[in-house]
Amino acid sequence: MTSPAWFDDVLAILRTPPTPAHDDVPPLPDDVSDGVPPLFESFVVDRGELTLHVSPDHLADVLSILRDHPDLRFDLSLGVSGVHYPDQEGRELHAVYHLRSITHEARSIRVEVAVALADPHIPSTVAIYPTHDWHERETFDLLGIIFDDHPSLARILMPDDWVGHPLRKDYPLGGIGVQFSSGSVPPRDHRRGEGK
Amino acid sequence: MSPDTPTAPPTPPEPPVTSIAGNTSIAGNTPPEFTAEGGDWSEVARELARLKEERVVVNMGPQHPSTHGVLRLILELDGERVTDTRVGVGYLHSGIEKSFEYRTWAQGVTLATRMDYVASMSNELAYVLAVEKLLGVEDQIPARAQLIRVLMAELSRVASHLIAVGTGGNELGGTTIMTVGFRSREEILKFVEAVTGLRMNNAYLRPGGVAQDVPPDALDLLRSGFPTILRGVSDLEDILSNNPIYRRRLKDIAYLDKSGCLALGITGPMLRATGTPFDLRKAAPYCGYETFEFDVPTEDSCDAFGRFMVRMREVRQSMRIVAQCIDRLAKTRGPVMIADRKIAWPASLSLGPDGQGQNPEHVALMNSGSMEALIHHVKLVTEGFSVPKGQVFSQTEHPKGVMGIHLVSDGGNRPHRVHVREPSFNNLQALAALCIGGTISDVIVSLASIDPVAGGVDR
Repeated sequence: MTSPAWFDDVLAILRTPPTPAHDDVPPLPDDVSDGVPPLFESFVVDRGELTLHVSPDHLADVLSILRDHPDLRFDLSLGVSGVHYPDQEGRELHAVYHLRSITHEARSIRVEVAVALADPHIPSTVAIYPTHDWHERETFDLLGIIFDDHPSLARILMPDDWVGHPLRKDYPLGGIGVQFSSGSVPPRDHRRGEGK
Repeated sequence: MSPDTPTAPPTPPEPPVTSIAGNTSIAGNTPPEFTAEGGDWSEVARELARLKEERVVVNMGPQHPSTHGVLRLILELDGERVTDTRVGVGYLHSGIEKSFEYRTWAQGVTLATRMDYVASMSNELAYVLAVEKLLGVEDQIPARAQLIRVLMAELSRVASHLIAVGTGGNELGGTTIMTVGFRSREEILKFVEAVTGLRMNNAYLRPGGVAQDVPPDALDLLRSGFPTILRGVSDLEDILSNNPIYRRRLKDIAYLDKSGCLALGITGPMLRATGTPFDLRKAAPYCGYETFEFDVPTEDSCDAFGRFMVRMREVRQSMRIVAQCIDRLAKTRGPVMIADRKIAWPASLSLGPDGQGQNPEHVALMNSGSMEALIHHVKLVTEGFSVPKGQVFSQTEHPKGVMGIHLVSDGGNRPHRVHVREPSFNNLQALAALCIGGTISDVIVSLASIDPVAGGVDR
């Protein structure tokens, strides 16, 4: 499968340093910009989709450029999802941002940020895409990724006093008892005759 | 309640107030709390006036009938005006994304269909397209299967929009609007039942194709139901489009323009009511939508009435597609499941004297062949197929907006992670933007114009 030409545009734009915010800052000379590392760590083209792996520090810059650059204009975010990879030590939790362009139709891109399970902090991107408000809350609720500076990072799907993050791989299915008005069903591993 | 007594001093210190429910007092900064149970509004209002409290927080739900499922709205009111809105969701959360990880790829369809139960075929379509993209077999899906998928997805869209308009009208007090909408939807459900055996929660679309072909007499059933569906659409338009009450309740209410929609990630009819012709069926066609003739209707008014008009016009466009599907299905024959025996679900259903079940000839064929074939059959049914490692994000145009399925496979026979970007969940975020500054009666109109379904919001 051949990848579309705009994949290269995205990578080229993110390889060059971002344009200075103020006019009085002179642009970097060409020979200096060659030594500047790109804003993304790596990229993957698979099944016709482009994934950018970005460090948490560069996330806001990358998303701002993807949203505002006139050649990119990923003006619609389709939200944030999280994935738990227990075997990727030090990068267990991934937050995945799905962006789409309405200006350039048929363009979608994925930005992926990995953090350690022990210190799952990612800067919030609600200021760039306000739609991330509920999506970051959902990812926090279900996977325990903490989005710093989120306006109100509260649980959204699970009850407020819930303990644990159900979509982590070490969280069992049916691991809690269920209360009914006429009785209760114990957790799966406490039921008679059923193994774990 | 402690009524003022004639002997009270002119400016008494505020006594502890017992509410109607008798459980609250003014202590410290805790605001007074009232539980209104219907019929006691005048007492609540009198008590509020006595407390000189202007700002009132009203908890609407979690089971208010106008809330499209179990949903809780926390409204801060200043008189009739809404000054702040918060939405409490999660009451219908059933851990569907977690359950996906414990079921095979083919079994996942039964979970996907239960998310947004009003448009269940659209959920199934999004899920099976994601699985096929991950398998890399998009090009091998038989044309007839794609046709049936388009037919089902469009019927789902019609049913979903009819529910949206019908229940929206019911919430304004017009029961006729609901019954007209449901009457047309009933014809769609009859057809769906004739094809799949079930009215809802069908699990009919499968990775690789569809569960079985459309029976020939079912197409006749759909043809005969066509006028009823269209009559319902015309009736709704006749009743509502120029109805002064309906227009005054919906015009300029729940305003959200294009930049607001894009910032909040709003798609579907809400975005198209801002004059933006964004529809994934045109922007990034799937299942052969590019071969169908249809238009993407838009309105410029950005309000609840515009969304109603977009939905009604979309229903007509969907019926255009359905008509083309019926024609093509009647003319063509062919397989409805992928030829790849490593993926195709090895079943053939037929109607016997005791109802629908496995086709006896198919069972005989399975048993008469080689031992290896039988083992393969058993393994495919019990263990399922494996999907190569990787991740995809497939996007489809759900009746309520863009539905995205983020699938991650670790190479096994079950998904590593399934994330559903539900349009209802995302669009419900806009409620505060739509309601604040309006009156409390407009909250119902705003919510109905978003058309959320709690099963999809909470998953």
